[in-house]
Amino acid sequence: MVNGIWVSLILIAIIYSIFTGNIETINNGILTHASSGINLVLDMLPLMILWNGMMKIAEESGLLDCFSKILNPILSKLFPKLPKNHKALGYIASNIAANMLGLGSAATPFGLKAMNELQKDNLKKDTATESMITFLVLNTAGVTLIPTTVIALRLMNGSKNPTEIIITSIIATFISSISGLLLDYLIRRKNQ
Amino acid sequence: MNILSKIVIPLFILLIIFYGVKKKINIYDVFLEGAKEGLIMVFHITPTILAMVFAVNLFLDSNFLEGILNFISPILDILNIPLNIIPMALLRPISGTASMAIMNDIFIKFGPDSFIGRLASTLQGCTDTTIYVLALYFGSIKVTKTRYALPVGLFADLMGIIAAFIITFIFFG
Repeated sequence: MVNGIWVSLILIAIIYSIFTGNIETINNGILTHASSGINLVLDMLPLMILWNGMMKIAEESGLLDCFSKILNPILSKLFPKLPKNHKALGYIASNIAANMLGLGSAATPFGLKAMNELQKDNLKKDTATESMITFLVLNTAGVTLIPTTVIALRLMNGSKNPTEIIITSIIATFISSISGLLLDYLIRRKNQ
Repeated sequence: MNILSKIVIPLFILLIIFYGVKKKINIYDVFLEGAKEGLIMVFHITPTILAMVFAVNLFLDSNFLEGILNFISPILDILNIPLNIIPMALLRPISGTASMAIMNDIFIKFGPDSFIGRLASTLQGCTDTTIYVLALYFGSIKVTKTRYALPVGLFADLMGIIAAFIITFIFFG
């Protein structure tokens, strides 16, 4: 699937540019966008290292298990296939919490770690498990309670009430997440 | 609100350290062990990130989206849908930075407290960069068969976009 998207993006970009005579821009793009990718990696690097270190402490001390116990009533419904004490659950809980608080940079390391733990007991290593997909649906729906960057940009542009969109965002996020999880649930049930 | 979001991370780190001290684990060594794992993780996802950023930026450069928009703008006029919001909605699942840039343009042109400004804010806040997250998370563990993950993710996005329209209308319309 990702394969198809990647191929289409590049094919459309190059063919459309040739037809519209936009070759100059696309030519420059090919040369510069690889470094944009590396810049993004470099931006992520410090926080990935820091948070993975911090979370390792939380994992070893058992704090992570406490998190997953608190969220267990919800998590066990969302991930029925995972045993109660699965290592991934603590990271999933932390990832959801970080996303909710709008701490995207902290959410990514937790999420990647969760995927790593889920992959450990995946029998077909190249194929996504149901738990992985549910986790991703939860993640891509972006359960954000405080959209910090949006509020900051509204403030910068002279909004009289920059936080007024919090409530509309929460409702929209909620509807988006619920619809995703519902469809995910229906597909899982049909596959059984 | 601002203070709250600023104090969360320091408190969280405080909690992690305190709990580690209480459980008498070797905090510093464990931190280094985890940090090393983090470094390796970044090393593994570098090709994925480079590939996605490259393809998405190339796609944005080609102005293909603008081409489509010019094509369908008469229909949007009839339906009374503000033109600028469409590229933002289309880009939201692909690139967070690109949709954020459009949102900022909308703020500058129409003001953040206009209807379209509020709609853009809700749209930006209500969903995440589905395709990027999918590529990154699955790429990091080398899963290539993603099954029904993408359709479900995009479905959730679509419902979020529709919800954003309706809710902004109800609250601020």
